[in-house]
Amino acid sequence: MDVQAASLIGAGLAAIGAGMAAIGVGNVFGSFLESALRNPAAADGQQGRLFIGFAAAELLGLLSFLIAILLYLKAA
Amino acid sequence: MADQGKVDPMHQFEVQKMFDMFHVGNHEVAFTTSAMWMVIAGLLLWAFMIGGMKRQLVPGRWQVAVEGFTGFISGMMNANIGPEGRKYTPYVFSLFMFILMLNVIGLMPFGLFGLHPFTVTSHFAITGFLAILSFSIVLIVGFWRHGLHFFSLFVPHGTPWWLLWLIPVIELVSFLVRPFSLALRLFVAMTAGHVLMKVFASFIIDGIAAGPAVGLGVGIPSMALMVGISGLELLVAGIQAYVFALLTSLYLNDAINLH
Repeated sequence: MDVQAASLIGAGLAAIGAGMAAIGVGNVFGSFLESALRNPAAADGQQGRLFIGFAAAELLGLLSFLIAILLYLKAA
Repeated sequence: MADQGKVDPMHQFEVQKMFDMFHVGNHEVAFTTSAMWMVIAGLLLWAFMIGGMKRQLVPGRWQVAVEGFTGFISGMMNANIGPEGRKYTPYVFSLFMFILMLNVIGLMPFGLFGLHPFTVTSHFAITGFLAILSFSIVLIVGFWRHGLHFFSLFVPHGTPWWLLWLIPVIELVSFLVRPFSLALRLFVAMTAGHVLMKVFASFIIDGIAAGPAVGLGVGIPSMALMVGISGLELLVAGIQAYVFALLTSLYLNDAINLH
């Protein structure tokens, strides 16, 4: 296997991480909604924490996207 | 595969020179498209704020829009920092509005009129500078208010004595990673969104090049997806500006109140 093919396969593998981050982001918002419907009065006060959790989950997915795009541009 | 119709999704991020300004040593300092869009965003923000800062007892629509933004940010600063945070509200507000304006005008379809928008926040140099600005304000405020006591940030309350060799190291690393994560998040989110839009746009162009049947079969679903993704990107543009401001306010809270 030459380096270019290996880089492209690596880029594809790194893109799995973006999908994993989608699970994480869905989990953050899903859990928030679940508990917000149980106690709607407390939901508004927790919006800052919701977005902190979203930002943390999203950052890790974006990092894997970054690695994928770096590998892809190196191969292309 | 027709190669001449290939669309390069990275071309949109190229910084182009508009005119030369001056030289610093051997380095050329030129006015670029990036600088032009920053100036445009600054002027639009200035006009938006001037138009709304009227202090009328019964506010008009414009004043309500401006007060909505200022109230949003000052409410966030109050919730996260407390009354001490009022001093830093202007900085976080300018940061939020500037990033929001750059993100949003980068998405606007000015290309229809031949003026291709450039998303300034899709460059690590810009977001990195904004993140370093926030981080240095946190450092300056922290050391100015607490002196060397600021280092107690790295030892959270209730740390057991037998973990004192490990916890400060972890806290220090997570503290030092902050500017990178702040800058990377904004830069990659904007870049990814714009690449995605260009990839779907290239599906339409390549589909049309392959013939009318393929053009319709591929083009219509791609177009429908692009409309949806444009809406999503508008949401992301707002969320990323908000997250940048929110994290800056949290880091300022660490520097002011020493958790």
